[in-house]
Amino acid sequence: MVNYILLRLLRMIPQMLIISVLAFVIIQLPPGDFLTERINRLKATGLTVDNAEVERLTKMYGLDQPMAAQYIKWITNIITKGDFGYSWTFARDVNEIIGSRMGMTFFISFLAFVVCWSFAIPVGILVAVKQYSVIDYFFTFLGFIGLATPGFLLALVLMYVSFEYFGLKVGGLFSQEMILAPWSWAKFVDFLKHIWLPVIILAIGGTANLIRTLRATMLDELRKQYVTVARAKGLSEFKVLMLYPVRIAINPIVSTFGWLLVWFFSGGTVVEIVLNLDTAGPMLWRALMTQDMYTAGAYIVIVGFLTAIGSLISDLLLAAIDPRVRFGGLEA
Amino acid sequence: MPEQDQNLLLEIKGLRTYFHLAEGVVHAVDGVDLKMHRKETLGIVGESGCGKSISAYSMLRLVPPPGKIEAGEILFYKTPKDGSTNQAEIVNLTKLDPNGSEIRNIRGNYISMVFQEPMTAMSPVRTVGQQIMEAIILHQKVSKEEARKQTIEMLRRVRMSNPERVIDDYPFQLSGGMRQRAVIAMALCCRPSLLIADEPTTALDVTTEAQILNLMRDLQDEFGMAIMYITHNLGVIAEMADNVAVMYMGRVVEQADVSTIFYNPLHPYTQGLHQSIPQLKDALSRKEHKRLDVIKGMVPDPYSRLKGCPFHPRCPKFIAGVCDEVEPRMVEPEPGHTVKCHLYG
Ligand SMILES: Nc1ncnc2c1ncn2[C@@H]1O[C@H](COP(=O)(O)OP(=O)(O)OP(=O)(O)O)[C@@H](O)[C@H]1O
Ligand SMILES: [Mg+2]
Repeated sequence: MVNYILLRLLRMIPQMLIISVLAFVIIQLPPGDFLTERINRLKATGLTVDNAEVERLTKMYGLDQPMAAQYIKWITNIITKGDFGYSWTFARDVNEIIGSRMGMTFFISFLAFVVCWSFAIPVGILVAVKQYSVIDYFFTFLGFIGLATPGFLLALVLMYVSFEYFGLKVGGLFSQEMILAPWSWAKFVDFLKHIWLPVIILAIGGTANLIRTLRATMLDELRKQYVTVARAKGLSEFKVLMLYPVRIAINPIVSTFGWLLVWFFSGGTVVEIVLNLDTAGPMLWRALMTQDMYTAGAYIVIVGFLTAIGSLISDLLLAAIDPRVRFGGLEA
Repeated sequence: MPEQDQNLLLEIKGLRTYFHLAEGVVHAVDGVDLKMHRKETLGIVGESGCGKSISAYSMLRLVPPPGKIEAGEILFYKTPKDGSTNQAEIVNLTKLDPNGSEIRNIRGNYISMVFQEPMTAMSPVRTVGQQIMEAIILHQKVSKEEARKQTIEMLRRVRMSNPERVIDDYPFQLSGGMRQRAVIAMALCCRPSLLIADEPTTALDVTTEAQILNLMRDLQDEFGMAIMYITHNLGVIAEMADNVAVMYMGRVVEQADVSTIFYNPLHPYTQGLHQSIPQLKDALSRKEHKRLDVIKGMVPDPYSRLKGCPFHPRCPKFIAGVCDEVEPRMVEPEPGHTVKCHLYG
């Protein structure tokens, strides 16, 4: 088991390096860079551009150097100092603007994930056990709607409904008067009042998906001989289900844990924009629109890192619950 | 005959278990009548699909949906395990709630089953020990440590090598023969009064099969349990069984003790059945080698239900106007020998 964990950790290092290279290449892909774009904009408005200032900034960020050199400078700063560079769009260090927004996005994703699992797992088991019953058809129908409705549309509809019929203004993360207030109990309550909407919207697609997966794997397992054998021992039906088919049907759920979290993390951007949340997704969007490469790069690298961590946790959980993975893993 | 009643363990009367499918009704079990006594081994033979397994599943109320017990009684003569009385309580298993506590107390405790496919009888993600211990803890209300001790002991009884290690192994780490021993240990761990063994050795090689058969016989003597041994291998029946029930298309067509079934079979199907087994014919009758007689025709498709005797289209002694008109009743031409055939009344 220890070997297995070490092996998995070692594998993360090249993974992360590749992700960072890709991230860097992607953000460099559009023609031009932030500096030239800003100079053009300034020129267009008829202002003179201080050539010395341009020179200084170019030097500072190594924009005149080849891409490989720029990459090395960038990644060295990240690894050695945890410094993600400077955001021109926000006119501040990337670290400063990204931290709280990432935290917020992560918190929302985590809540969405908790809602998703705590709803999808019992319902998935239930619809499999009650296959072809009214409950099954009801959740299947609901699930297709959940899968087919885009999140942003749902966001718009729910926003409209809660404003029109309940007089609630649900956009944003806080009420207007709370945005700048320091954290307090009242602010936290206000926060909870706002956060349920993005959490639910985010969770719906994933939940519908998970229910379908679990239903399918449960139906497979329920047909297996060992379930009948367990019943023949005299165990109660609940124990039979929990100890036997569920123990195995849960595998694909556990093994997609990491992806699900990241999916919530990055999949929420459009919803977050629609709901006017000050989180990481909209920030990435602004950064990309203005070619703010270091902000975008930081976002991609951090999400990449989370993905790697997520799949590591998935693998470890899977190894913990399934001995076949554990024993196979040792040999590999 | 009060003494005989004392020894009665199981009585099945007119059991019918049907599957209602979109394509029609499958009459999987269509009038099974059986009697079993304590400590006896009853062999059940019949062609594939004749309803042997579904009869066994019906007894434990484990018939998978859409299967349903439509009619009949399964009377189980349950003597309390604590030995407080010899007086058997008669439980009609068909009347119990299939998820209720009463049948769950019987399953694994009074009636155990070794299933047809031992390879898939255990969950791959739980240890052998966990899967055996849970039945002991459930039925004997003992502590985990005690259950573990009993499990190791039971694994030793089924001649598992190295039981202290195997108890913490996962099923996929065991060989087929070891897995089969583990499954038998699992079925026997609460010392049931009836063990149903549904072709428990089909997946094994001949040597291992012989070992398992010997093992079951030894344990039967030791625990004093009855065994219902389901198979289509007449050789195994000859070796294992005291009495034999022959099934055809969902019903028991003949039941008698093992030598009667082999030397003096009455039902034309039973006669055909053991003429179609070459080694057995040589071994038992020692006559000269003749051409293998195979029962002509095929088992009719499961949806159709024949008028009269279900065997009449394949029967060499078919009586027109009788066999294809009237369903034969169970008769007892000699004591302890029952048959469902118009030739005998
Ligand atoms: N789940 C099911 N759904 C529909 N029909 C079934 C089901 N299980 C069994 N049957 C039918 O019931 C009949 C009896 O099946 P059963 O399994 O009892 O046969 P068997 O005598 O045990 O045969 P084998 O020797 O091959 O194990 C067969 O015709 C089979 O097709
Ligand atoms: Mg069978």
